[in-house]
Amino acid sequence: MMASSYSAKDEDGHITVSGPGGGTLRNKKPENTAFKQQRLPAWQPILTAGTVLPAFFIIGLIFIPIGIGLYVTSNNIKEFEIDYTGDDTSSPCYNCAKNFSWNNTKSCTCTIPFQLDQPYESNVFMYYGLSNFYQNHRRYVKSRDDSQLNGNIDSLKKPSKECEPYASIDNKPIAPCGAIANSMFNDTLKLFYNDPNGTSVPIPLTSTGIAWWTDKHVKFRNPVGTNSNLTAVFQGTVKPVNWHRPVYELDTDPENNGFINEDFIVWMRTAALPTFRKLYRIIQKKNNMAPTLPRGNYTLVVDYNYPVRSFEGRKRMILSTISWMGGKNPFLGIAYITVGSVCFFLGVVLLVIHHKYGNRNNSANISN
Amino acid sequence: MDFSLLRNIISRYCVGEEIWVDSRTVYIGHKEPPPGAEAYIPQRYPDNRIVSSKYTFWNFIPKNLFEQFRRIANFYFLVIFLVQLIIDTPTSPVTSGLPLFFVITVTAIKQGYEDWLRHKADCSINECPVDVVQQGKVVRTQSHKLRVGDIVVVKEDETFPCDLILLSSSRSDGTCYVTTTSLDGESSHKTYYAIPDTMAFRTEQEVDSLHATIECEQPQPDLYKFVGRINIYKDKEEPVARPLGAENLLLRGATLKNTQHIYAVAVYTGMETKMALNYQSKSQKRSAVEKSMNAFLIVYLCILISKAVINTVLKYAWQWSPDRDEPWYNHRTEHERQRHVVIRAFTDFLAFMVLFNYIIPVSMYVTVEMQKFLGSYFISWDEEMFDEELGEGAQVNTSDLNEELGQVEYVFTDKTGTLTENNMEFIECCVDGNVYIPHAICNGQILSAASSIDMIDSSPGGYRREYEDLFFRALCLCHTVQVKEEETVDGIKRGIHQGRPTSFYISSSPDEVALVEGMKRLGYTYLRLKDNYMEILNKDDEIERFELLHVLNFDSVRRRMSVIVKSSSGKISSNTGLFIGCSSCSWLYGYLFCVLPGDYLLFCKGADSSIFPRVVSGKVEQVKARVEQNAVEGLRTLCVAYRRLSQSEYQEACHHLMEAKLALQDREQRLAQAYDIIERDFVLLGATAVEDRLQEKAADTIESLHKAGMKVWVLTGDKMETAAATCYASKLFRRTTQILELTKKRTEEQSLHDVLFELNRTVLRQRSISGLSVDCLDFGLIIDGATLSAVLKPNQEGAGHGNYREIFLEICRNCSAVLCCRMAPLQKAQIVKLIKASKEHPITLAIGDGANDVSMILEAHVGIGIMGKEGRQAARNSDYAIPKFKHLKKMLLVHGHYYYIRIAELVQYFFYKNVCFIFPQFLYQFFCGFSQQPLYDTAYLTLYNISFTSLPILLYSLVEQHVSMDTLKREPSLYRDIAKNSLLRWPVFLYWTCLGVFDAVVFFFGAYFLFDNTTFTSNGQMFGNWTFGTLIFTVLVFTVTLKLALDTHHWTWINHFVIWGSLLFYVIFSLLWGGIIWPFLNYQRMYYVFMQMLSSGPAWLSIILLITVSLLPDVIKKVLCRAMCPTATERAQSTRPCLTVEPSTIFMLSQSSSRMSF
Repeated sequence: MMASSYSAKDEDGHITVSGPGGGTLRNKKPENTAFKQQRLPAWQPILTAGTVLPAFFIIGLIFIPIGIGLYVTSNNIKEFEIDYTGDDTSSPCYNCAKNFSWNNTKSCTCTIPFQLDQPYESNVFMYYGLSNFYQNHRRYVKSRDDSQLNGNIDSLKKPSKECEPYASIDNKPIAPCGAIANSMFNDTLKLFYNDPNGTSVPIPLTSTGIAWWTDKHVKFRNPVGTNSNLTAVFQGTVKPVNWHRPVYELDTDPENNGFINEDFIVWMRTAALPTFRKLYRIIQKKNNMAPTLPRGNYTLVVDYNYPVRSFEGRKRMILSTISWMGGKNPFLGIAYITVGSVCFFLGVVLLVIHHKYGNRNNSANISN
Repeated sequence: MDFSLLRNIISRYCVGEEIWVDSRTVYIGHKEPPPGAEAYIPQRYPDNRIVSSKYTFWNFIPKNLFEQFRRIANFYFLVIFLVQLIIDTPTSPVTSGLPLFFVITVTAIKQGYEDWLRHKADCSINECPVDVVQQGKVVRTQSHKLRVGDIVVVKEDETFPCDLILLSSSRSDGTCYVTTTSLDGESSHKTYYAIPDTMAFRTEQEVDSLHATIECEQPQPDLYKFVGRINIYKDKEEPVARPLGAENLLLRGATLKNTQHIYAVAVYTGMETKMALNYQSKSQKRSAVEKSMNAFLIVYLCILISKAVINTVLKYAWQWSPDRDEPWYNHRTEHERQRHVVIRAFTDFLAFMVLFNYIIPVSMYVTVEMQKFLGSYFISWDEEMFDEELGEGAQVNTSDLNEELGQVEYVFTDKTGTLTENNMEFIECCVDGNVYIPHAICNGQILSAASSIDMIDSSPGGYRREYEDLFFRALCLCHTVQVKEEETVDGIKRGIHQGRPTSFYISSSPDEVALVEGMKRLGYTYLRLKDNYMEILNKDDEIERFELLHVLNFDSVRRRMSVIVKSSSGKISSNTGLFIGCSSCSWLYGYLFCVLPGDYLLFCKGADSSIFPRVVSGKVEQVKARVEQNAVEGLRTLCVAYRRLSQSEYQEACHHLMEAKLALQDREQRLAQAYDIIERDFVLLGATAVEDRLQEKAADTIESLHKAGMKVWVLTGDKMETAAATCYASKLFRRTTQILELTKKRTEEQSLHDVLFELNRTVLRQRSISGLSVDCLDFGLIIDGATLSAVLKPNQEGAGHGNYREIFLEICRNCSAVLCCRMAPLQKAQIVKLIKASKEHPITLAIGDGANDVSMILEAHVGIGIMGKEGRQAARNSDYAIPKFKHLKKMLLVHGHYYYIRIAELVQYFFYKNVCFIFPQFLYQFFCGFSQQPLYDTAYLTLYNISFTSLPILLYSLVEQHVSMDTLKREPSLYRDIAKNSLLRWPVFLYWTCLGVFDAVVFFFGAYFLFDNTTFTSNGQMFGNWTFGTLIFTVLVFTVTLKLALDTHHWTWINHFVIWGSLLFYVIFSLLWGGIIWPFLNYQRMYYVFMQMLSSGPAWLSIILLITVSLLPDVIKKVLCRAMCPTATERAQSTRPCLTVEPSTIFMLSQSSSRMSF
């Protein structure tokens, strides 16, 4: 990339005669080491058009294929997105959204039909997406108690100050405390495949494997009390205000209940940007040759519990296949192609410049 | 110090209105004066405790903290830290507290340790034993218990515990020898004298019986000045008053030599000793780089504040609607809600300030200081600047100015001892128009003016003899040379006599040594000064003795010295009488005629300008011609004259001198008056010429400095002709140089006004012509001291004649070389000041070797001392000291150049990397509702400047060599490339800042589009905001480090180690930081974030992409600049000889092939 010469400066062949007569004078003499004399052997590269040229071509040649590969991969990914916010009168969820009240004990259900034009072959990942939801707001981000979530009994009984104003109700600690936990996404999404013969087949949704392994097994832990019963362990705490069920009733499976409920863990990983999506369920590929989601009509059934209208938010459900590079994102591919092309183009420009000015410089040097 | 001052004030007040306000009375042995003489006024003086330490045990912490927080940067970080402690801020106080604590602690430990050492040193000094005479007995006590008035006994090789007045010594003549190495660095032995009334005391009892008081001035720091008077009371008589001068005062810190013991009385003690008063730190000089650094800091402070203001305003605009301010999922606490909106807004502003405060890096100051401190070692380590003869290398007294060495535009140099060796050689003398040359010189040499040369051994006519004899005796007598009879004396040493190789002449002036030695070669050997008799071994191996009556010492105003001697009676006369018979008659005649025993003779030698006006007879014309001829040849000339004093004249002179010497006030002035009266009506004897050879490679050095674009000015006290000759020899002036003279001689003919305007016209005309021609004629200006002071004098004639100062500067600006001769020391400083204050504010450098250069060394931006023969004062007061003038070349062209580019890169890079660091945080605010959410984890925020990116730049700033040392030395013109602070000008600064902003935008939006509403893992899981920040941070650390790698032109193994090592350290740290649930942290936000990120392919790809994109513009800029308009430095880089080609990389091969194809 940048190289011209490796000039090893040899140390001065200056050998001082050390005689007994030298005495104190000799001690003052600086040592003749390469470091102290600033003559360490060194590689001295300089960036000139000549040295940088090949690098530009090489970058161009490497980046453009990578970019094309990424772009193609991204294009092959199938993604389906449906907005079910319901702020539109035509939307099936309009009523649910309009009539939302925190006091509703019975959840409102709405049904959204949709159609997949292409079959989804491999595992399909089901996401929910929120917009205009500031999960990265500072007050929000810090409003959690990691030590409570890690199963610390003391923190369970006395949540951290950071959780305020979601730390306790009537002097009873909230478990899990904090704004993040309190605002956990609680819509329930169900998928049904409408068979051409008229029957509606529920599609099995896997709710495990959606959170980071390390989060599930290390970072989040249920508090261990005297007995293994979660209900007893959480005795003395109250559920977050906006929750319908306490934390120990999130799932029936004991491996997915309490703090180690994967929906909860996924929610607790705060998103970077105000428009985000989170993994909700995985539709595993069946073992036969049939596509995971064949072409056809589907129905999304939503238990509408989560209000977003107050902050002009939107809710979406996304179905996506995944490649080695993740979901659909043409950015990386385009960026690679662009940068590669720019480098290549610059290479050509530099070639011209080098040709034009290189000679002139050489002649100038000679005249000097 | 303060206490003693207070005490002094109080004591003075108590004493009442006194005539002794400016003097003190010391009662020797604390004995009251006999009643009636004067009122006994017990005065209080500080004890002899030396306190050099700054702190005591109990005030160390508060005082040190106060000192440290007085620095504006430290104070700024303290404020940030306190803000973080008080209000709820996005980052924990640790992020700024830890670095600040680290910096403060390290500095405090360093200063504390130094102070502890000082305490220890103070203690050992204060408690060292001292012998004091009390009631006729020697009592041993501790040094700090010494009081003013105590009589102290000091033995050989002991150091004086305070400032003492010598009473008597073990030597019979009442003298003692002293070295003042620790005070001024001069290792030669100096002689101090006891007053004749007390010098006979031999025992403690005798000393104790002394009844006397000493009146002397209040303590003052000048080492070489002391005025006092001793009043000795003898039974009921009027007290005998004797003058006391610097020759009676033994200074604290000096060491007694060659004398068994002395008795002396303490006059100044403790912090009032001259040594303690001289113990002051010099005024701080600040470099140009530091100034631009501070300017940049202010710009960044403005950016910081405006960023915070913008964000605060936007925040409140954005959250105008309550749903944005407090959506249902994110409520405030009740406490916060109740706060007033103004307070909230102010808190938010402070919080933004805290979030962005890293843009002004705390570590920059530490790094800059470390760079300067460590970097300065390369100067003292430099073997090429080591002088074998002196046994010393370059010495760094301050490391604050390293980079200033690369910015010098004006060099002010002394002549004698700096350009020249100050190694005098007697060349010739001219007696009454006839020239004499010692054998050693004339042997084998062809002399141009052969006709006028008369050898001493040719038989001269009788009439000449008298002058000859007087001349040689004058030179043998009129000096202050001492004879040392040992071998191991440093300083100037010469063997006197073949038979006695252990004897040397020693003098503070090398001219005198050269003269006395020259006399020896001509047959007259000065033997010794014994009991006030000077002994001379004359040509005929006889010893002549002269009684030394008075020495009228040399000073730079009078520029001459005199002695009054009485030719010895009896013995000499009879001796000469005996010799009459066997030696030549004319000689006898001459001798008897002019030096009769018992004659009072005044011999004077000095500069021609100070002798000729006082001469009444003698062959003035011939001597003058010879002197001028010699001066043109670059020789140092002195004129010798004499005057015969009659008994009454002598008495009168004595009277004048004694009166002046006894004066307490204005003694200097009165002495000068006395000298003026005595030194007149001379008979001119002749002149001498002494050669001062040019220093090795002086011409080469000056030529290099010229090529490097520096203007060299020679400031000397020497005569114009001598100085001009030296200038030609040292290539300051060339044959082609057109000399402009601005001298007294010319201004006498024309008015100063006309001369100035004429010169200005000449210069301007030439400039307008040379604008067209390629090689312009260069000008050299010669100005003398008298004219200079006329030019600098404020103009009284009003505005009509314009300002001379400006015209003078205009002329100087157009001259490549300026010679200022006949300069007084203070005038040298004035010139430097004048240039410093001119409108371009150029960086000046002053170099000199003697005490007379100290003022200009202190005045200039950079002061360089030569470890010369005229003592160590210049070296001591300088910023850098070098053994020889030739070392200046490497000092400026190599070291200065390197330091400048190193620190320039250091400063720019620091700002750049912090823009890269902080700007993404600023952008992130737009996506997190202006909530001050930090982008990076606390650990990253804290360690970014401390460890991830600190070492590579520190190392770069220590070892970078963009061009090889030999190239820099070979091509001095490269120095012009960095002139005028070119790497730290605003456009460059703007470029770096823009680069930083661009990189930050690339990092942020690269990551933004990658994260935008999608996943990039192969298992469909999502990443959160901490992964977002970590991705940006990783790109940031790599980009910033690689940017430095691109700028590095000198890759030693240490560079490789540090650059790759610090990247590796970042990776390892991140793995570790995210790999464990840290028990002491109340959040685990970074747990596995880094590893999860690395498990994703697109993350890797985007890291590579973003690094490439951010580095691209800088590479392109570099390449284009080099190709289109390469600077001289860049040309020099590319013409570097390729010694070996390393075939290891594929790039190298393709590059060489591409080179072939073009």
